Amino acid sequence: MGERLIELRDITKSFGSVYALGGVNLHVDVGEVVGLIGDNGAGKSTLIKILAGVLKPTSGRILVRGKPTSGWSAARSREAGIETVFQDRALAVQQSIVRNIFMGREIAGRFGWLNVGKEISEARRLMREIGFTSKVFSPYSIVGQLSGGERQGVAIARAIYKQADLIILDEPTTALSLTETAKVFHFIRQVKASGRSIMFIGHNIHHVFDIADRFVVVDRGKVVLQTSRAGVATAEQLINFMEDVAHPMAVPVSPSAQASP
Amino acid sequence: MIDLAEPILEEEDDGRHPAERPLRRFFLANRASLGSLAVFLAMMAIFLIANPRVFSSWALYSSVLTTLPVALFLVVPLVFIVTAGEIDLSFPAIVGFASLAFAAVVQAGYDPFLGFAAAIVTGVALGLVVGVLVVYANLSSLVATLGMNFMLRGLILIITQSKSIALETLDGSWASTIFSSDVLGVPVQILWALAFVIFSAFLFNRHRFGAQVHVVGDNPDSAAEMGIDVKRVRVKVFAFMGLGAAFAGVFSTMINFTWWPTSGDGYLLPVLASVFVGGTPPWGGIGTVFGGAVGALTVSFIQTGIVGAGLSGFYVQFFNGLIIILSLLGHRWNQVRYR
Repeated sequence: MGERLIELRDITKSFGSVYALGGVNLHVDVGEVVGLIGDNGAGKSTLIKILAGVLKPTSGRILVRGKPTSGWSAARSREAGIETVFQDRALAVQQSIVRNIFMGREIAGRFGWLNVGKEISEARRLMREIGFTSKVFSPYSIVGQLSGGERQGVAIARAIYKQADLIILDEPTTALSLTETAKVFHFIRQVKASGRSIMFIGHNIHHVFDIADRFVVVDRGKVVLQTSRAGVATAEQLINFMEDVAHPMAVPVSPSAQASP
Repeated sequence: MIDLAEPILEEEDDGRHPAERPLRRFFLANRASLGSLAVFLAMMAIFLIANPRVFSSWALYSSVLTTLPVALFLVVPLVFIVTAGEIDLSFPAIVGFASLAFAAVVQAGYDPFLGFAAAIVTGVALGLVVGVLVVYANLSSLVATLGMNFMLRGLILIITQSKSIALETLDGSWASTIFSSDVLGVPVQILWALAFVIFSAFLFNRHRFGAQVHVVGDNPDSAAEMGIDVKRVRVKVFAFMGLGAAFAGVFSTMINFTWWPTSGDGYLLPVLASVFVGGTPPWGGIGTVFGGAVGALTVSFIQTGIVGAGLSGFYVQFFNGLIIILSLLGHRWNQVRYR
């Protein structure tokens, strides 16, 4: 077990009388890739929004590097080094890669004049760090000309520039082809290699399976399974488990891992 | 194998990529304005062939260079507004109001420079009012600025009882030498306007403000998520429009030392046309300041050109429209809208 980066304890969230989350315990360690899996409506997005500070939990505690926090908010989440990449609204597609990376944090000198040279070299450094380099594009390229996987690269480079310790990728490979998914995985491995953590949300288990160190399965507002990669033999085993959770009538298959209540 | 691949990759990274070759990058980045320039040059070539005598005389260019600056002061900030995803139809009335402030101060016997300052304050203040109204009341900028144009023009007519103001004291003053004279036969206004265009182009492309204008017009949700105060940026572009309107107002009043209650009115459609003829698309997120300037040049030469080419004035409107449509078709083919 590495160092705890962030930990959620007994988090509940209710909207009126409806419980979206009923007592979730979840943690991410430094340099870890966590795959968060669950069906639509399982509570994944509520969980991410709480981590991002967009939603406030109804009850429960959030610990950053082992220290309890109070007044959790979007700003607090950013201070803690958490950056969320929402697939659909992340990028300004008519702008260059550089302008997207430095959006809202332009490198500017006196009176706000941009230091374009420094932005380009910094962009190149960030792109190289996550293995986001190619002969067909440069920091000057327009994001709209990039493929879906490459666009995720831009979003990830931007998150790294913002000094994120934990990058949350919301369905980064949904609607991507296999080659594009491979590109995103390549970025994620590079980010992990740099010692940062990633939480990867998806409902395609095959996608998550290839990349995650640990899986967290949520269902109906609860974490129903937390297991390390070593605890699961194949993706099918995980799929069977999820089907078992969704339809308890089926033959139970329990992976050799501790299922949380 | 990796050892072999690495250095080559490094080289590619360090500026050998096609999109990074300076010349190619220049062409790619300035596609729209270069296209507009080509349209302008083609048009001028046709005029020159149609009537070589008129079009090789300096007097024609000198007269265009006197009125063009007023349009440039308006076209350039409008490029910012359109790029930010808004539109402004209230600038003609702001031109009128700002120049009224200038005329009132000069008429009262104060220094014209003080009048200029009064015009700038008035213009920026009115731009802010329009911007705050559009942005914070969340109104459609198309309709709200149309309303403001009527309202402000109405106020001008009420205040002045629709009387013009003659400013004889300006004749021969320092201010008129600096802002409205000839340098070696070149109207000095065009130099001021050029300085404004160049400064604004840097503001647009190389300044935090310009970068944020682009992003806000492209994807406001994303901009807001990245911590940009989207509303503030939008209000600022309207204030900048007010500044341009103030310059335009003062320079147009200085041309013949008279303030007219209709001051600024005739610029609405030509200025709008110039922005789009110049290659700024109407959907926001991208734009070109130099293209807008070339658009203004094109639009102001159409009228002069057609009359100069020996056609009757009846043709002016038709050719105005024709050039606008042809330019839009050209840009359509030249630009891709990424989503």
